[in-house]
Amino acid sequence: MADTHAKHGPSYMAIFWYLAVLTVIEIAVIYLPIAKLAIGVLLVALASTKAAMVALYFMHLRLETKTLGYIALTPVAIATLLVLVLLPDSLHAPHRTADTKKIEAPKH
Amino acid sequence: MSDAATALHHPAVEPVESPLTPESWGKLGMWVFLAGDAMGFGVLLASYGALRAGSVDWPNPAQVLGIQLTALMTFLLICSSVTMVKALENLRKPDLARAKMFLLLTALGGAIFVGLQAYEWTHLIQRGLRVFGNPWGATLFGASFFIITGFHGLHVTGGVIYLLSVLKVISRVPDMRYNYMITEIAGLYWHFVDLVWIMVFTFIYLL
Repeated sequence: MADTHAKHGPSYMAIFWYLAVLTVIEIAVIYLPIAKLAIGVLLVALASTKAAMVALYFMHLRLETKTLGYIALTPVAIATLLVLVLLPDSLHAPHRTADTKKIEAPKH
Repeated sequence: MSDAATALHHPAVEPVESPLTPESWGKLGMWVFLAGDAMGFGVLLASYGALRAGSVDWPNPAQVLGIQLTALMTFLLICSSVTMVKALENLRKPDLARAKMFLLLTALGGAIFVGLQAYEWTHLIQRGLRVFGNPWGATLFGASFFIITGFHGLHVTGGVIYLLSVLKVISRVPDMRYNYMITEIAGLYWHFVDLVWIMVFTFIYLL
């Protein structure tokens, strides 16, 4: 049972606080007066860190066999490839975000 | 007994001796299922990114969607992940009563999450968000929002039912080892739902 070794390393409560603090940092990041690309990179890095913490500590992946690790990494690799395949077209698109402050829906 | 059957029962060729044989087939099965499910969510989020990048008037999610409420929902799912590991920890001791209490708290956290999501959807629909249209910009904004958050919400709903079923089983079955195993496998599913929400929250609400 993987959980029998769970006492080694950070406690569950420590992971909980790390996740809570990282969530607060994520929300603060979107208000930073920096380039949108930098905000995007920071958010993806923070979300990946949180996801890795859940997988490694709560799902005990760090204590499991390599086979389970490979299974868990397969969708990550495929998703990365998918993003790389879509990236060339996405970069050439005339992307911009609508200023939704100007268009407010009628309130009910 | 045939030669093949004899060989299968020989200690030297017991399945457990193989380095590829998992500690628990149930756990392996759940990981394979989760890997497939993760690919489903991966495709949805990658498609969302491609649609958004190709749009000229994609609404700014931070301005349109309620971040405070979803931040609370994120916190709730993180809390429910902690109660899930606490349930498992208590089953190992073994303290069945506390394990059951933590499992119930986990299911309750999931049920509140789904309730908050229903509230959020109702509020956004009242403000004009539809699957094929909204007052703020790109038509597909609504479709992608409802499909991705809805798919995740269905996972949470399924998870609550799954956890309550496990709770019922461990209340009746006296075999603590079996109870630990099924709770651990259910926990994998629940933490995965939490993990996916971390990505959904970032890509749909914050970016």
